[in-house]
Amino acid sequence: MAKYAFVINGERTELDVEPNMPLLWALRDELGLIGTKYGCGIGQCGACTVHLDGVATRSCLLPVSAVGDQVVTTIEGLAQGAKLHPLQAQWIAQDVAQCGYCQTGRIMSAAALLAVNVAPTDEDIDVAMAGNYCRCGTYNRIRSAIHDAAQEMGS
Amino acid sequence: MSPADEVISALNVALKGAELSRRGFIRAAAGGGVVLASIGVRAQPGDETLLVSSELNAFIQVSPEGKITIYSANPEMGQGVKTTLPMVIAEELGARWEDVSVLQAPTDESRFGSQRAGGSTTVPRTWDQMRRMGASAREMFISAGALVMELPREELKTRASKVTHISGQSMTFGQLASLAAKQEVPDEDTLQFKSREEYTIIGTSVSGVDNLVISTGAALFGIDTRVPGMLYAAYQKCPTIGGVVKRANLKEIKSLPGIVDAFVVKGNGNPRELLDGVALVGRNTYAVFSAKARLKIDWDTSDAADDSWTDLVAEATRLHGQRGKIQVADKGDVSAEFTNPDNTVLDAFYEFPFVAHLCMEPMNCTAHYRQGEGLFDPDTLEIWAPTQGGGRVFRIAKSMFGLDQDQVTVHQPRLGGSFGRRVYFEFLAESIEISKRMQAPVKLTWTREDDIRHDFFRTGGFQSVKGALNRSGKLIAFEDHFMGMAKDGRAVSGSRFSASQFPMLNVDNAYASKTMFDIDIPCGPWRAPGSNTTAFVVQSFLDEMAHAAGRDYLEFLLEIMGEPRWFEPGNIRSLNTGRASAVIRLAAEKAGWGRALPPGRGLGLAFCFSHAAHIAEVAEVSVDANQKLTVHEVTVAVDVGPIINMSGALSQVEGAVIDGLSTMMGQKITFENGQVQQSNFHDYSVLRIEDAPRVSTHFIQSDFAPTGLGEPALPPLAPAVGNAIFAATGHRVRKMPLTDAGYTI
Repeated sequence: MAKYAFVINGERTELDVEPNMPLLWALRDELGLIGTKYGCGIGQCGACTVHLDGVATRSCLLPVSAVGDQVVTTIEGLAQGAKLHPLQAQWIAQDVAQCGYCQTGRIMSAAALLAVNVAPTDEDIDVAMAGNYCRCGTYNRIRSAIHDAAQEMGS
Repeated sequence: MSPADEVISALNVALKGAELSRRGFIRAAAGGGVVLASIGVRAQPGDETLLVSSELNAFIQVSPEGKITIYSANPEMGQGVKTTLPMVIAEELGARWEDVSVLQAPTDESRFGSQRAGGSTTVPRTWDQMRRMGASAREMFISAGALVMELPREELKTRASKVTHISGQSMTFGQLASLAAKQEVPDEDTLQFKSREEYTIIGTSVSGVDNLVISTGAALFGIDTRVPGMLYAAYQKCPTIGGVVKRANLKEIKSLPGIVDAFVVKGNGNPRELLDGVALVGRNTYAVFSAKARLKIDWDTSDAADDSWTDLVAEATRLHGQRGKIQVADKGDVSAEFTNPDNTVLDAFYEFPFVAHLCMEPMNCTAHYRQGEGLFDPDTLEIWAPTQGGGRVFRIAKSMFGLDQDQVTVHQPRLGGSFGRRVYFEFLAESIEISKRMQAPVKLTWTREDDIRHDFFRTGGFQSVKGALNRSGKLIAFEDHFMGMAKDGRAVSGSRFSASQFPMLNVDNAYASKTMFDIDIPCGPWRAPGSNTTAFVVQSFLDEMAHAAGRDYLEFLLEIMGEPRWFEPGNIRSLNTGRASAVIRLAAEKAGWGRALPPGRGLGLAFCFSHAAHIAEVAEVSVDANQKLTVHEVTVAVDVGPIINMSGALSQVEGAVIDGLSTMMGQKITFENGQVQQSNFHDYSVLRIEDAPRVSTHFIQSDFAPTGLGEPALPPLAPAVGNAIFAATGHRVRKMPLTDAGYTI
C-alpha cells in the first residue's frame, strides 16, 4: 500500500492503495465514482475513459502510481455545476443510449475531442471515437450528438 | 445508507449538488446546456413524494402537486421498455409526459405480473395490461372530478394531467389524487381504450427515462451496486467447460494483498446453476482480479466437455447432400421435382459460427445472504440481480438455497446489454454462494475473459439446402437438412428447427430433416434465436435460386409470398404474406431497387419474419479489389403494428443493423477439447464507429397490436449484405464471418 494525492474533478483526493491498482478500480471501489466503467481491462473497449490533464485516457490499464501530478476528470466532473456539458445534453436530447453502459466513456472521449477541435469532421470523430465499442450499435446517434454539441459550443 | 439513498447520494455527487427537480423528461434548450432535472431513479418507496402520493393502482401514484410516478415492471437492457411501457400507461391515463417520473418496480410478480423480459415479448404481452392500468386510473380520476365539480361523468375526460369538462372547467390530477384513489376500481370489461387518432404520447419520440443518469454516470447498473460492508469477489471456473477442482494454491492466494479469503466451491455440474470453481474474496476488485491471475488450479477434466468446432465442421461437411435422420417436414413430392429433367436444381452448404453475447457490462451480481439464528429469525437474501428473469430469481433462491419468497428481496438494476445472456442465473448463484460462505454482502464481478469463455453462446450450425425451379423459373421444391446442436438430446436455443420455417409453407413440395450434434459447450438465446442464422441461409439461397432462374430477387420473393394470407389463421404471431410483401416492396422502393450502380457496387435484399415482426432490408455495398467491404446504407421496412416510442423504435432498428453487421463481419467463437479459444476484444472484434452504415428506417404502422422490436431487425441484415456482395462481385457468401473469406471492413 502507498499513499497518493491528486486532483479529481477539482477536488484534492487522497488514496492509500496498491501502487499497481489501475485508476479504474481506485475510482470505482475506493472513491465510489462508478460512472467510469469496466469493459475489458485491456484498454480495448473505451468504457473506462477518463481525462488526464484533459487527454482521453483508458483508466483500466493506468496504475494509480503513474497518475503523478496530472489532473483527473471523470464523467462525474464533466458538468459545470448544475449545467450539463453540451455533449451530455445532446446525449439526452438525441436519446443516444440503448443499454447505456459504455456511454460515459464515450462522452469522455468526445469531450476530449471537442476540447481541442471545435468543428470536427466525420473523420475526426471516427479517429477520436475508434476506441469506444458499442454492441448496441448507437454509433450514428453518437456522431450526430457530437456534431450538434460542437455546433452549440462554437456558437 | 439504503440502496435508494445510495443512488440519490451518488446522483448528487454526480451533479455536484445541483438543484433536483422532478421533471420526467428534458430536452436540451437551444444554445445552451439544460438545467439539470432528475430522471428515473431518484425517487424510491420511502421517498417523500411517494409518502404523500395516492396510489391509483400498482403502477400509478400521484402526489398532491400532480407528480405522477409510474412503475416500470420489466427489466431494461437497452430495448427501451422502461420508457415504452410507462408511455402506454400515461397515454390512457391522460397524463402530460412532463409530469411523469418512472421508477423501476421492485420484483414482486403477485403485484406486477410477469416481470421477465425476453423474446421481444414484453410489449405484446403487456400492451393490454398497461392500457388497462392507465384507463382504470383515468376512470377513477373522472369519477372524482364528477363528484367535486358536480358534473356528469360522461361530460368529463382527462387530458394533460387534468380532468376537464366540455365547458372548459377543469381540475388537476394533483387536486383530485387522494379522492380518485378512493373511487371504485372500474370493471375491467367496461374499460375503453383510446383510438390511435386520440394519441398524444404513443407514437411520439420520447427520450429514455434513464438518460440523465446514464450521461452523468450515476449508479444504475448492477455492477455499480455498493452496500455497506460489501466485499468484492471473483470466481475462477475451469477453462474446459465442466472441469472440477482437484487442488489450488489457496494458501499463497490468501496471503496476497487485499485478499480476505479464497476457497473452493463445489458445483452441481449444471452450467446454468453452479459449476466448480475457486472463489476469491477481497477488499476491492483489483485485489481479486490480480489474485485470480496468480491462481494455480489443478483441474480434473475427465468428465468435462471435449467438443471440437473443427470436428463439427468436418462432420457437417461430410453430411452435405444427405438427409438428416430426423424428418421435420414432408410435403408434396420433392424427389419427383429434383429428378424432373425440365427443372433446374441447385444445392448449397451454409455455415455459421458460434458467437458470444459480449454485453458491455460483464456478468456480475451483488448478494447479501444473512444467516438467521433460528426459527424466528430465518435466513434472508437481498440480491441486486442483473437479470432478464424477473420473478424466476425467487425460484433459484428456493431450489438452490432453500429460501422461500418472503425471505428474499430482489432489486432489478438496469442491464448493460443482455441480448438473451442474462436469462441464466449462474452468476447470481455464484454470488449467493460466496456471500453465504462469507456471511457478508458480496459483489461478484466476472472478468471479460470469464464473460466470453463462460458464455451461453449463440449456437453455430450448418444447413445443406436444395431447391428446384420449374421451366418458368418458379421455385417448385425446397429441401433443407439442418445440422444443429443439442444438449443431452434436446435442441439448444437457436437450433429448434421447425416445419413452419420459411419458405416451406409457401412451396408445394418441401422436405426438411435435421441432424443434431450433442455438445457440452453451453448455448443460449442470442438476439433473435434461430432467425438470426436461418434467415442468412434461406434468404441467401433463395437469392441464389433467383439468379439461377435469371430473375430479379424482389419479384421472385414476392412470387413465393403469393396472395395475402395468414399462415396460421387466427394467430397474429404467424407469418402474414400480405404484411411480408408490403415491407419487401417498401424497402425495395425506398432503396431504389433496380437502379444502375457502378462496378463493384451492389444492392441486396432480404426478408425475415421473426418474433411476430415482418421486416425487409436492402443493403447497398461496395467491395474493392482487396475485398475491402463498405456498407454504405441499409434501408429497412418494418411492420410491428403501431410504434409506441418512435425514437426507441428507430434506435432498435439501427442498433440491430449495426449489431448484425458487426456479427457477420468478424465474430466467431471456436472451441477445441471443450475449451473456448477467444477471451477478450483483441481476438473477438466489434464494429467500430467508422464502419457503421447509414440506416434509413420506414415503418408500416398497421392496425395489428404492437409487437416487440428488440430482436427482429437483426436477422435480415446478414443475407441482405451477402446478397449485395454477390451483386457487386459475383461472389456468394455461404459462410460467416466474412473475415474467414478474406473480407475486411
